[in-house]
Amino acid sequence: MELELKGITKRFGSLVANDRIDLSVAPGQVHALLGENGAGKSTLMNVLYGLLQPDEGEILLDGKPAKFRSPNDAIAAGIGMVHQHFMLVPVFTVADNVTLGIEETGLSSLRDTRLGHSLPAFADFLASFTKLSGVLDRRRTRRDVGELSRRYGLELDPDAVVEDLPVGIQQRVEIVKALVRNATVLILDEPTAVLTPAETDDLFRIIKELKAGGTSIVFISHKLKEVQTIADTITVLRRGAVVGQRPPSATEDELAALMVGRNVQLRVSKEPAKPGDVVLDVSDLTVAGHDGRVWVNGLSFQVRAGEILGVAGVQGNGQTELCEALMGLRPTISGHVRLDGHDLTHATPSQRLEAGLAYVPEDRQEDGLVGDFSVADNMVLDQYYRPPFASGINLHLGAIAENAAELVKEFDVRTSSAQAPVGTLSGGNQQKVILARELGRDHKVLVASQPTRGLDVGSIEFVHKRIVQQRDHGVAVLIVSAELDEIYALADRIAVMYEGKITGFRPPDVPAEELGLLMAGASDEAAGPFTGRPQTETAIPAPGAGTSGAGQ
Amino acid sequence: MSEQTPPPGPGSSAPDPGQGPVVDAPEPAEALAEVAASSPPDPEIPENLSGRGRFLLQSITEGNSFTVTVLAIFSALVVGGLINAFSNTTVLHAWSHPFSGHALAELWDTATGAYVALFEGSIVNPHTVSALFQQASISTAVHNGYLSAVFNPLSETCVAATPLILAGLAVALPYQAGLFNIGGQSQFIGGAIVATYLGYGVSMPVVIHVVVCVIGGFVGGAAIGWATGELKARTGAHEVIVTIMLNYIMAYFLTYLLSFHYLMQAPGNANPISAAIASDAHLPLLFGSHLRINASFLIALACAAAIAWLLTRTTTGFEFRSIGKNASASRVAGMNVERNWVLVMLIAGGLAGLAGSAVIQGTDFTLNNQSFGTYGIDAITVALLGRGKPLGVVWAALLFGALRAGAPLMQAATGTPVEMVDVLQAVIVLFVAAPPLVRSIYRLRAARAGGVGLSFSKGWNS
Repeated sequence: MELELKGITKRFGSLVANDRIDLSVAPGQVHALLGENGAGKSTLMNVLYGLLQPDEGEILLDGKPAKFRSPNDAIAAGIGMVHQHFMLVPVFTVADNVTLGIEETGLSSLRDTRLGHSLPAFADFLASFTKLSGVLDRRRTRRDVGELSRRYGLELDPDAVVEDLPVGIQQRVEIVKALVRNATVLILDEPTAVLTPAETDDLFRIIKELKAGGTSIVFISHKLKEVQTIADTITVLRRGAVVGQRPPSATEDELAALMVGRNVQLRVSKEPAKPGDVVLDVSDLTVAGHDGRVWVNGLSFQVRAGEILGVAGVQGNGQTELCEALMGLRPTISGHVRLDGHDLTHATPSQRLEAGLAYVPEDRQEDGLVGDFSVADNMVLDQYYRPPFASGINLHLGAIAENAAELVKEFDVRTSSAQAPVGTLSGGNQQKVILARELGRDHKVLVASQPTRGLDVGSIEFVHKRIVQQRDHGVAVLIVSAELDEIYALADRIAVMYEGKITGFRPPDVPAEELGLLMAGASDEAAGPFTGRPQTETAIPAPGAGTSGAGQ
Repeated sequence: MSEQTPPPGPGSSAPDPGQGPVVDAPEPAEALAEVAASSPPDPEIPENLSGRGRFLLQSITEGNSFTVTVLAIFSALVVGGLINAFSNTTVLHAWSHPFSGHALAELWDTATGAYVALFEGSIVNPHTVSALFQQASISTAVHNGYLSAVFNPLSETCVAATPLILAGLAVALPYQAGLFNIGGQSQFIGGAIVATYLGYGVSMPVVIHVVVCVIGGFVGGAAIGWATGELKARTGAHEVIVTIMLNYIMAYFLTYLLSFHYLMQAPGNANPISAAIASDAHLPLLFGSHLRINASFLIALACAAAIAWLLTRTTTGFEFRSIGKNASASRVAGMNVERNWVLVMLIAGGLAGLAGSAVIQGTDFTLNNQSFGTYGIDAITVALLGRGKPLGVVWAALLFGALRAGAPLMQAATGTPVEMVDVLQAVIVLFVAAPPLVRSIYRLRAARAGGVGLSFSKGWNS
């Protein structure tokens, strides 16, 4: 089906979210919609999906004008949407979720059973009786879902309960949900934001299968690399308007400049590191999860003042648990964490914060911010009890507001007011609030986990600059990231984690293939038990040496 | 149904502008309006005001929700009036000829008559006012109790509202910290037991005795609340389950205490009732012996003010609210979530215990196995109606207090059963818990995501 949007305009009050947007998607094509957060991508797709009504313009399907008053109309016309936040019932099975709202009733599949073969009339009677009484035909649903997922290589177990599934698989359920409703145009809204690199590769494979089957795909993203990999055509949106259309062969710099409206430094420029004394010293750290599984297994590393240690690795190899253990959010089974020689192994989170750890958590909405609190309150979330923000139990609201006003200015947080709930801010600005809070107080070590996840190009540039600035001020920085680009951009030294262990330390000019091997578990010393003792020490470059390749 | 999947976004009932409009650069008008609805538009204003001023400002700026509450009460009065009228035989008889003026007049008379009686019983009765002015002189009027008669309905309203304010705060405060305290009843009993025992079993100097009893009430309730918090903090036991179970345990424990003369049963009495507390343990009356309003009302108001101050102006309140909104981020920020759970349940239990002390030391003076009434459950309703805020709780408790105070006169004057008040309370709660319903009736624009009902129901998952 050929989909065409003509002159779509959508206004919210005085803001023009979509300004005369033209877009056409040919059958069997992947059309990427690239733009920063707030460029109007989602608004446009909500118009297409019938969630919003355009103020002007029209939608053409195979040349015929179509009007979608609700998602039902859009679905009936063959448009499917996979939202960034999934719309699944967590406690239902895959099959139940897929058929939610279009459930098959009547046990017609009884006819295929042994009973059906021996007593066909009885089976027919049962089928029509159960159809009238609204009994769900689970057997048929399961079979259909199984068939469909096999056809597209989706590998879904129809009986699995959704909440037990990893995010990447849940996304497949959403895709199957759309396919079951005969979607010929599939909208994927930031589909990779929640996926691990491996899951992303899987998704791309699925997209190619769908494409081969004639499905058109609208792929919304702000990640340049992905768009270049998967798209046939790239349309760039900025401030609600189409600013250009490019083939996937366009350079990253060109696309980034189109998106942001100015030239962007994709890789932050930085001087070679001048590492000082060891500040953060982790030795033989072992951490277990709630289920007793050992997530971090005898890990040892050191971070010096004025250097950035980047921890690379496929997500789910213990990075999250490592950060949580460093912050005291997860008990340590054995080993030690020392900061400037002080043992923090069994310190509480607040003791660690007091000792000079600054922490940018992986999940900023869950762990970094209180969404309903104001920007100002969030900026003192871990300092509210100390002067000048409080004396005794008395809060000084004036000091909190002053602090917020200063930090909002310094970190360029775009918010209508420092009293606005932080949840109303965009992801980039939320991250700025966290950075402002953590960097605004005395600290010696910065632990940042996935510091730019879900951020647009402009915000990534800002966050990276600040992190390098911290290093240059003599802070010991530990970056955990699943994005190799980020590791390369920031790290002065790279450690690779695999199944709770560090498989090797490398200088920042190491080839990606080598890192890939380490990420897949190839250890420096494949033979013999990995204790982290000898090889970790040898891998640490001497201060000032071995950093010539830093930055590029 | 998946075809009707809501728009992406934080569960807003309005067409969510989604990722699009909530942007870095130009904020769309809608997002701005949402921001304005929940926070003062000018950041400099609230900071220069006192805590009370800021609180007031917040209440006003959250006007949409306030309007909804008022409209919910109004709708409930209309529905309640109709229920009342159509359960009245006179009206039903008149409606055998439905389109005669007579039928409508009967309907109107019955519905309004009950409300007028309710008003006279809870706020002011014109007859007592005219009686006051028929007196020869002011002094005789005061002396013979005519002045007191004018204020008696208001006094009764305050007396009925007092335990509701305190118990309502005991629900509202933990709610702010993300806990759902169903245990008002058990904490009330804990406070009442201690206050009663100290009242009759110990002799002390005059002023000290009443103070000690009130403090004892707080401690008795706080102990029960503390147990709930401690269980949750140490073992993860859900506070809803624990508090419900404690309600049973304390109710039966009370009956047990009142079943044996060597425990708390009054000497020579066969009924489950305690001895009367000493007169110097009575809370002092505020306006003379004709009016029952006593110092517990002031205690309740002071507690509401203290909780409001605690929540908005102290580090403790900051921790409570932060944990209530996002326990995970609070833990990362270094707050001790478990310790705060224990503390907030301890304070809440103490407040419910004070409600027990108010009833025992203010009006009842003896403890029986029904003293706890339905305060524990009504407290949840009051907190819900008061939107979980201390000031809101006071208003809600006064409203319910007025309904309770006016009910006897309503029955006496119009024959409307007292239970009509329960129906009215229930209908109010129904409307308050369903903001979209009220909005659609009055065609109001939807406010920010999450009404009171929604956020309260979330308490079950916290």
